[in-house]
Amino acid sequence: MAQESTESNWWIWKVFWLLLGITCIEVGLGIMKPSLLWDTYFLGTKSAVIVFIILTLIKAYYIVMDFMHLGHEKKGFRVVVVIPSIFLISYLTWLMLLEGFYKS
Amino acid sequence: MEQETESKNPWGGETKPFNISYGKMMMWFFLMTDALTFTGFLVSYGFSRFKFDETWPFAEDVFTHFPFLHGDHPLLFVALMTFILILSSVTMVLAVNYGHKMQKNKVILWLSLTILGGVLFIGSQAWEWSHFIHGDKGGINTELQGVVHIAVGNEMASVYELMGVDGHDGNHYEFEVSEVIQYLEVNPQYNIILPNRDALTNQESMDYLNDNGTDVMLGANLHNNEYGHRLFADYFYFITGFHGFHVFSGVVILTIILINVIKGTYEKRGHYEMVEKVGLYWHFVDLVWVFVFTFFYLV
Repeated sequence: MAQESTESNWWIWKVFWLLLGITCIEVGLGIMKPSLLWDTYFLGTKSAVIVFIILTLIKAYYIVMDFMHLGHEKKGFRVVVVIPSIFLISYLTWLMLLEGFYKS
Repeated sequence: MEQETESKNPWGGETKPFNISYGKMMMWFFLMTDALTFTGFLVSYGFSRFKFDETWPFAEDVFTHFPFLHGDHPLLFVALMTFILILSSVTMVLAVNYGHKMQKNKVILWLSLTILGGVLFIGSQAWEWSHFIHGDKGGINTELQGVVHIAVGNEMASVYELMGVDGHDGNHYEFEVSEVIQYLEVNPQYNIILPNRDALTNQESMDYLNDNGTDVMLGANLHNNEYGHRLFADYFYFITGFHGFHVFSGVVILTIILINVIKGTYEKRGHYEMVEKVGLYWHFVDLVWVFVFTFFYLV
C-alpha cells in the first residue's frame, strides 16, 4: 500500500482541494451566517456549532489518515491512536454541551 | 527486516511492533500527549466562554483587518493563514513522498517551500497579534455588563472617531470616561452599544457611562481587553501563542533536517525517515490549527 502511494502525487492534491473546499465552506458560513443554522438549536447548542464541529472532524480525518499516513499503517497501530482520540473527543464534547451551561 | 517481523517472537525485543520504527512510534505518542495539552486549552476556553457568554466578544468583530485593505473584512485574514498552513502541509507531504523515492533535490525543494510557508504563517500571526494588542475601536469598561462600545445607532464606530483623533497615527492616546461623556454630549449622533448589541440613545449612553463606566480601554493585553471579556484576550494569547510556538519550533526542526538533507546525511543512511518524522510533527501543527480555527474564530 505504501509502495503504491509513492508512485504518484494525485492523492495529495485531492486531499488539498478537499481541505481547501471545506475551509472555504466554513469561512463562507462564518461570514454569511445563514439563519437556518444560526437561529436553530440542536443538541443544546446552535446548529452552526454542530456543523462546524462535523466539518472540522472531516478535515482532521483526512489530515491524520492521508497526510500523516495513519491510514497506511498497520491496523493495530491505527487502533492505538484512534480509539483513545474517539473516546476523548466524544467525552469532551458531551461534557461541554451538558455541563457548559453551569453558572455559579 | 520488515518481512521477518511476523515470524519472530514479538516480545523478544528485536522486532518492530506494528512494523513502525521506534522513532516514528514515539513521535506519534508525543503528538498524542501534545494533543491532550491543546485539548486542555480549548476545553477551558469553551467553559469560560459558556460561563461569560453575555460579555464574550464576537470573533468576527475582533479580527476584521486585512493588510493593505481598508474597511472590515471579517475572517478573511485568518482564512488566508489557514490556507498558508494547509499549503505548507501539502509541500511537506510532497517532500516525504520524494524522500521515499530517494530524490534528494526534490526533497530539498519541497522542504524549503514548507519552511517558507511556516515563516509566512508566523509572520501573519505576528501581524495579527500586533493589531490585537494595538486595538481597533476602543471600548469602555463598566461595572455591569463588561465592555461597551461607541456606535452611531446600531453601527459600530470607535472611541477615536468620537474624540476626533486618528487611532492609527502612531501616537499613544489615553482617555478618561468623563472626557468620553463630554464628547457624547457635544456629538449627539453617537451613543454606546452594549455587549449584547443593544444600542442605547445618546442620553441613556451618558447616564449609563456616568453610573457604571470605570475606564476607557484602548487595545488588549492580559489585564484589559477593549473587545470584551478579558479572558478572551488571555485565551487568544495563550492558545495562538502556544500554537505559534509549535510552528516556530517546527520551522527550526525543518531547517535542521533540511541542512542534513543538503549535506547528504540521509542519502548515506539509505532512507529519509527523519523527513517523515518531522513531517508528522508538521501535520500535527496543521491539525491543531484546524481545531483552533474552528473553536476560536468560527464558533
